[in-house]
Parts: sequence; structure tokens; C-alpha cells
Amino acid sequence: MKLPFQSTFFMALGLLVAVLAPFGISSKFQLDVLTLIFFTAYLGQSWNILGGYAGQFSFGGVMFFGTGAYTSSILLSSFGLPPIIGIFAAIFMGALLGLVVGYLSFRSGLRGSYFALITLAFAELLRVLANSVEFTGGGVGLFLSYAPGLYNLQFTSPTGFYYFSLILLVISLAIAMWLEHSRFGAQLVAIRENEDAAEALGVDTLKCKIYAIMIMGGMGGAAGTFYAQKYLYIDPPISYSIALSVEMLLVTIVGGMGTVFGPLIGSFVLHTVNEIARHFISTPGLSLIVYGFILIVIISYLPNGLIGLFRKTQKNKEDNDA
Amino acid sequence: MMLEVKSLTKRFGGLVAVSDVDLDVAKGEIVSLIGPNGAGKTTLFASIAGFLKPDEGEVILNGTSITKLKPHKICKQGMVRTFQITQPFATLNTLENIMIGAYANTSNKPLAKSNAERVAEIVGMTSLLYQTADGLTVAARKRLELARALATDPQLLLLDEVMAGLNPTEIDEIVDVIKGIRDTGITIFLIEHVMKAVVNLSDRTYVLNDGKLIAHGTPNSIASDPAVIEAYLGHGAAKTMARG
Repeated sequence: MKLPFQSTFFMALGLLVAVLAPFGISSKFQLDVLTLIFFTAYLGQSWNILGGYAGQFSFGGVMFFGTGAYTSSILLSSFGLPPIIGIFAAIFMGALLGLVVGYLSFRSGLRGSYFALITLAFAELLRVLANSVEFTGGGVGLFLSYAPGLYNLQFTSPTGFYYFSLILLVISLAIAMWLEHSRFGAQLVAIRENEDAAEALGVDTLKCKIYAIMIMGGMGGAAGTFYAQKYLYIDPPISYSIALSVEMLLVTIVGGMGTVFGPLIGSFVLHTVNEIARHFISTPGLSLIVYGFILIVIISYLPNGLIGLFRKTQKNKEDNDA
Repeated sequence: MMLEVKSLTKRFGGLVAVSDVDLDVAKGEIVSLIGPNGAGKTTLFASIAGFLKPDEGEVILNGTSITKLKPHKICKQGMVRTFQITQPFATLNTLENIMIGAYANTSNKPLAKSNAERVAEIVGMTSLLYQTADGLTVAARKRLELARALATDPQLLLLDEVMAGLNPTEIDEIVDVIKGIRDTGITIFLIEHVMKAVVNLSDRTYVLNDGKLIAHGTPNSIASDPAVIEAYLGHGAAKTMARG
């Protein structure tokens, strides 16, 4: 993988700043916000692989998150399996769910809004199921015991979770960068741009789309374990919340779909705007209005996302160089 | 035989779009398929290339049946089609578009890139490599269709009206490109409306009308076939022309 020196430099610098940040930030709250930004960016990236690169918009991305959360939590509470192993079971179950949902919907040729709706239906179905069966704890939910330690993926300070989310984020960025430079990634983009043409040129479109949703599923599964070990409580409305499905596509669309850093930029800006609005506006609900207004402005003036701002200047530069 | 089509029939509800068509294409040939608008040419192509499932009949490529295979599998077996209405990957540039075709044979990016550059040179697109596809002219898009298909390293190319919408100069250029492709050993089966190009290029021609093959032979013998004249110009036209 060859990258221009300049971007390698900025990425290394960014990573260094992120690694050192906890030493400079004393406020627990700020560190928690950063953790949330990374976590949402990670989830956004999982959505981005199927939605941004392969062009298959899902509206039920939370189903992988919830399934992963239940997988590692049940394994921990019922079988005593430490989450550091359980997270791999969560990844596996997420990918497996991706395989099932992907096979069923892509096999029958569902595209566009139909695919979006079927994923929403699957997420809702799982929420109702989790509510009604015994082993998920039903509507009461699952309480996990507080036992800090690396093998439990629980930490006494916010710094631990900060690094945990940073590792997830870095992995998600690495996956996206791999997509940018691999045949598989190019084939996903080809499917997004024109599925028939891709198929004619030898791209196994069904297989590629299923692989993409499996990667999304595996990533979502790991996010579920992270959440469960951080908050020590999950129930069906949290695990399969539509709001989280929306958030992961929102940060990606705002930041820039089909790009490596889009979800991170989107997550950073939206969370920052949200926190600032909450901090300065005391009237209840008004901060949400401000947040919504800024969202409308971004989406209507930057159809390619915030990253479009950088792209445009970079492209002009290339044109001038040429 | 490189390609054999045996009694292929394709229906859409009550409409028989392609009816009991038999044809073959030998290695190294350029064979054309002509016919009036709505004759079923594109449907026949789509049925051969796996985009539509034939209701009856068989498609045989190099001796093995490919009737039930999906298009990407057929591509891997050495047959690739282009689209009459060009289908570029709009946000990608010319090079990236062609590389998708080249990736059919390799997962190695530098290799795919060098293959794509080589193909771009064959079709004369070297100067447009970094132009995004949605900014290309119609003529360039047609070439891009050809280039992407060529990049999959096919034995048999199915070209669906690559000359439609081009001006006479552009047609002459692409005819030369196609002849050049044939000279590298690739067999070509094409749908075409531009008669000059058909006569100029084809070793043999099939004529399709109302879903049925009505004539078959060298382009010159086809042009004087009464059934063909009637198909194009209407009933009685052949007689009128003979009377002169």
C-alpha cells in the first residue's frame, strides 16, 4: 500500500495526538465525549463499508450492535466467559447475522429503499425477540457485574475506555484504507456505481455484497461488547434502538460517504456541535433545534459531506499541479 | 465453435421476444447481428450473456453449456458483453473504470493498473485516463465500454451497438479499433445498425426480425436477400426494388 508522504505524516501525527490526549485532558467529561466520538465514528465506518462503498443503504445497522452486545453479555453472565474472548464471539455472531440478512435480501435482489426497509424490519424483529425470550433477560434486560480488568474489558478510569474506543477506531480506519487499495474495495465501488456493469465485468456482486455486510456485522458485534462492558446494562430498546441505526448513517453522510475519514469527521463535528449547543443553551429542547438546523445546513450545502470541503481544495491543487 | 446458440427462446409474458434462434460464431471471426428496431437483438444478447434466463434452448461456449451461469461466471469463462446504453462507473475515472475489468483476472493492483493502461492505449484513451467517466463524451463512453470489456481478457466480445450515436469519423476510428482487437485473436460478435460498418467488418451476418432469424450469410449476400429487404422496408418492397 503506497500512500503519499503528506497524508502518512498527518495520519501519524493524528494518531500520536490521540494516544497522548489523555495526558493532556484532565476532565473526565471531555475524555468521555472523545470516547463517544470515536465509538460513533467506528459504528459509522461499519455502516460506511456497506452503505458508502458498496452503495447498499441499511437502516437497521443497530442489529449487529445489539446482537454482539447480547452475545458477549450472555456468555459472560450465564457461562462466565470473559468478554476479552466474548468479543470475538460477538464479532462472529454479528458477521453470521450479516451473512443471513445479506443472503436473504441480496439473493432476492433487494436494492435501494427495499433493502433499507428489510434491514429495519430485521432490527425490529430482533428487538421484539430479545424482549420476549428468556435468555436475554426479556424486558428487564441484563445487568453485568462491575469487575474491572482487561480480561473483562472494563476499566476503572475513562482513560481505559478511551483507548479501547481508539483501538476500535484505528481498526475501522485500517479496514477502510484497505478497501481503498484493494480489488475488493474497487469491486464494492463498482457495485455502488453500476451493479449490472460490475456483474458483466466479472464481479461476483452477490458475494461481494454479502462479504461487505459481514464485515459490517462483525464490526457492529464488537461495538456491542464495548457498550455492554462500558455501561454494564443492556435491554432490547437500547440494543436495537433505531436512534443508533440513524446515528451511524448520519455521521457518515454528514462526514462523507465512501471515504476513509468521513465517519470520523462527521462524528467529531456532530458530537461537538451537540455538546456546544447543550452547553450554551439552557432552554430545554432548544439545543436540539440548533443541532437540527446545523444538520440541515450541512446536508443541503455539502451533498458530498464535510470531507467535500477538503476534497475540493485538494482537487484544485492537483489541477494546478498538472 | 467458440459460441453456439441452440434453439434459444425468450418470452416476456405473452410476447415472444426471441424465438427459436440457432446461431454460431467460430474462433477468430467477426460476426454481426442486424435487424430492425425491436427485433429482439439486445434481448438475444442479454440471454446469451446470462443477464436474462432463456425460456428454452442452450448457450454453449467452447463446448460447455453456460445457459444457467450468472454473468460474472460467464465473464470468467471468457465471454463479456458491452451495453448499448453505456453504463460507466460514473464517479470513477477512465483508468479506474478499466481496472474493474482488469480485476477479473488479478487481485494485484499494480498489475491491474498496467493492464488497464495497456488496454486504454489499444482503444485510444490514454489521454483521458484521469478524466471522470461522467465527464466523457458519447464517443469516449463507447470506447470506455469497449475498453472495460477488453480488460477482462476475453476470448469472445459481445458488442451491443458501440457505434450508435457516433459521427462518421468516430465510426471509422472505432472500426479500426475493432479490427485491431480481432487481429489480437479475440472473436467478436456484434449488434450494429451502421450498415457501412457491418459490411466493412463482418465475416458473416445474421438478420433477426420479430425475434426470428430470417437470413444468414456474408454481408453482401444479405443486402440483396428479399426477406431482409422486406423486413426493413416493408411488405412488397423487394418486388418493387427488383422491378427497379
